[in-house]
Amino acid sequence: MKTYLLIPFLPLAAFLINILFGRNFLKEKAHWVSILAVAGAWVISVATLFDIIAGNVVNENLYTWMLSGNFKVSVGFLIDQLTAVMLIVVTTCSTLIHIYSAGYMHGDKGYYRFFSYLSLFTFCMLMLVMANNFLQLYFGWEGVGLCSYFLIGYYFTKKSASDAGKKAFIVNRFGDFGFGLGIIMIFLTFGTVYYAPVFSQVGGFAMQTVNFLGYDVNVVTLIALLLFCGSIGKSAQIPLHVWLPDAMEGPTPVSALIHAATMVTAGVFLVARCSAIFSLSETALTVVAIVGAVTSLFAATIGLVQNDIKRIIAYSTISQLGYMFLACGVGAYTAGIFHLYTHAFFKALLFLCAGSVMHAMEGELDLQKMGGLKKYMPVTYATMLLASLSISGVPGFAGFFSKDEILWLAYASTSPVGKLVWLTGTFVAFLTAFYSFRLIFLTFHGKFRGTHEQEHHLHESPKVMTLPLILLCVGAVASGWVGIPHLLGGGAHFTEFMKPVLGHPEAHGTEAEEWMVMAVSVIAGFSGIGLAAFMYLKRADIPGRLAGQFSGLHRLLFNKYYVDEIYSFLLIRPTLWIAKNVLIGVTDARVIEAVVNGVPRAIGGVSRQLRKVQTGFLHHYAAIMAAGLLIIVALMLLR
Amino acid sequence: MLPELFFGYFATAIIVLSILVVTRRNPVHSVMWMLLLFFHIASMYLFLNAEFIAAIQVIVYAGAILVLFLFVVLLLNLREEIKTNRFIGSWPAGLMISAAILFGIITAVRSFVPGPAGKYTVALIQQETHAKVLGEVLYTDFLFPFEIASLILLVAIIGAIVLAKKKMRS
Amino acid sequence: MVPLSWYVMLSAAVFTIGVFGFLTRRNILIMFMSIELMLNAVNISLVSFSHYLQDMRGQILVFFVITVAAAEAAIGLAIIIALFRNKSTAHVDEMTEMKG
Repeated sequence: MKTYLLIPFLPLAAFLINILFGRNFLKEKAHWVSILAVAGAWVISVATLFDIIAGNVVNENLYTWMLSGNFKVSVGFLIDQLTAVMLIVVTTCSTLIHIYSAGYMHGDKGYYRFFSYLSLFTFCMLMLVMANNFLQLYFGWEGVGLCSYFLIGYYFTKKSASDAGKKAFIVNRFGDFGFGLGIIMIFLTFGTVYYAPVFSQVGGFAMQTVNFLGYDVNVVTLIALLLFCGSIGKSAQIPLHVWLPDAMEGPTPVSALIHAATMVTAGVFLVARCSAIFSLSETALTVVAIVGAVTSLFAATIGLVQNDIKRIIAYSTISQLGYMFLACGVGAYTAGIFHLYTHAFFKALLFLCAGSVMHAMEGELDLQKMGGLKKYMPVTYATMLLASLSISGVPGFAGFFSKDEILWLAYASTSPVGKLVWLTGTFVAFLTAFYSFRLIFLTFHGKFRGTHEQEHHLHESPKVMTLPLILLCVGAVASGWVGIPHLLGGGAHFTEFMKPVLGHPEAHGTEAEEWMVMAVSVIAGFSGIGLAAFMYLKRADIPGRLAGQFSGLHRLLFNKYYVDEIYSFLLIRPTLWIAKNVLIGVTDARVIEAVVNGVPRAIGGVSRQLRKVQTGFLHHYAAIMAAGLLIIVALMLLR
Repeated sequence: MLPELFFGYFATAIIVLSILVVTRRNPVHSVMWMLLLFFHIASMYLFLNAEFIAAIQVIVYAGAILVLFLFVVLLLNLREEIKTNRFIGSWPAGLMISAAILFGIITAVRSFVPGPAGKYTVALIQQETHAKVLGEVLYTDFLFPFEIASLILLVAIIGAIVLAKKKMRS
Repeated sequence: MVPLSWYVMLSAAVFTIGVFGFLTRRNILIMFMSIELMLNAVNISLVSFSHYLQDMRGQILVFFVITVAAAEAAIGLAIIIALFRNKSTAHVDEMTEMKG
């Protein structure tokens, strides 16, 4: 059996074992099964990575999944450079977060359920990245959405949690509708859903148009935009970003794994995987870039004024995902994937540190009640600080290399919106540094602002939780070192590695401009840190005064631009009204009940009339017998 | 000449007696008329050279079944029978239906074609006695129905006892 | 020689009288006697056929008809007795529990 098959199927086996035997047999030991399974998958992923570096790309079908006339789809696996990178990201983060969860979820009643869902999620994500056809990708896509619902609504007895789970799933479905249409378009255009033939033939369709809803649109643009709808939903871009902040109702390891490192990056993975399609449609690329840039700005501004530590990190995720789409939109797919890879480490680390802080504060999430925690939680403080330095783009850290790559390629691209998104990206870099360090300063520095009992309880997290923090920190700092650009004397190994799959965008710019872009982004980062230090360390009264002066703006940002309220008014309330009055009032009560009650009533009526034949009089029965005899005799006579 | 005369008498008697049977008010009278009827039918059988059947008719029908009827009539002890209606309200409809049946059967009989004659001529029956001939056929060709008939009688015995017995006072 | 059709018409007449009695009388015993009447009519017809077609099988059937009539009379009368015990009336049009 091919060993790469173990990568997805080990977590699947762990899911099955945990869900079947976890409640009664494994109970507190459920984590061993899952951790061993994903650790095994990680080992094989690393081996596969070396295999791919050596050049052995795999594209094989395992067994026929659907066979219907001319339509044949198999469960198949494609492992090339892009997949190898994604495998490393997914299995590393998954393993470390599994270990962290053993400590974080200790003592929880549904312990086995948590690990089984986590393993199921890992399986679905791995099927998603290892697929060699769109249908299997869609299977993984839906699977991770489903697991996201399970895990966000893990504390299902809490109404806000189960609502958040539903919201995540339903908002995702909006995007998946477009994605499904895209896959159908692909099948209609190319006659197959496998990657290889689609990507090789797409060039021939570049000029074709198709009639969509009455308009003649370029078929490649249409497919690209429909596929991008799925990305918008899954990666929480505008306008479908509303589910990600609410998804913080789930346990923190869930937020780290799903909403930072893996599931939300599936959208970026999709765009990168379909780079052949997107590259042929300038319209689609521009849309992607604009959506990415606008989302990153939008989310960063909201994150400036939030007080819930997990929400801040959630908006940071949305913002960084915007960066990745920005990169793909200007044709720099490799840079987008590079940022995905580094982001996974430092964002997961940020979430896990937030979980660590929550653990110490007994579930408290409000920034305003924290402060001065660095002397109680040194390891958490150190790792969170390093992660924040990485996300702010401080030179030498991983985030610096990936972010810089994106900004440079945006500036130097041939895209019409290149310079615009570069400017937006730089401003967002400034905001990112600002809110990240606002979080650090308010949480770890200054005086403790919470209650006395909370202060007594403050302690560092146990080793099972801090060990993953440290390991992730290594990734957060060092993972960028494989992509040090030529400018700084590195070998740009990452770009070279991904060239066969994602190509290399042309960079129209001189070396001087490259230095300029790098300098500007570094200045943006440091000034963000500096401003945060000034406002929250030195003059702690300024934030309050600013909020008071610009209260309208502050309220707008604090209430997330009222997007949730707008959606509720425009979409949710009419739907509920229709459901209650039309569907229940009319179709259910009048139509269906009429049939369901009417048929028995009719039958009863008919039988009530038929009963009258049984009079109980013997003479009537005898007379009918005689009459029957008469009729038979008459019939026989007439023959 | 003589056979037709005898037949005419017996036919008239049978019809009149049967009308009397179904129209008497008192059930005992009906039973008596029925007895007379059975005797006339037995004579009719004698006409037709079926003396064993005639004997059976008298013994079983007149001797056993009618006596049974008589016992039940006496058991039921119907006194008010004499005073109430004999016929149900809609007896004209019954009359019509029976008249129609009579008409139908008579019409059907017109188109009757007799099949091939068997081998039991009157001479043969008179030579070997009727009982012997009857036995010959009954115990060879119709042995199985004969056995079934005995089972039917067994069932009748058991059924009659079970149905009519009084509850045991315990 | 008496033609066969006369016997058959006699049998039809007696049968019809039996049907009339069964359809119109209220007393259950008379109804039963009408049934016996019908059976006898059939017997007459069978014996006459047997005589005219010179085949014994008609008389064999009469044999069995008489047997079955005896058995049926026994059980029917037992039922009447049981019925009378419960209802203490022999009029059929007063027994309508099977209505509906």
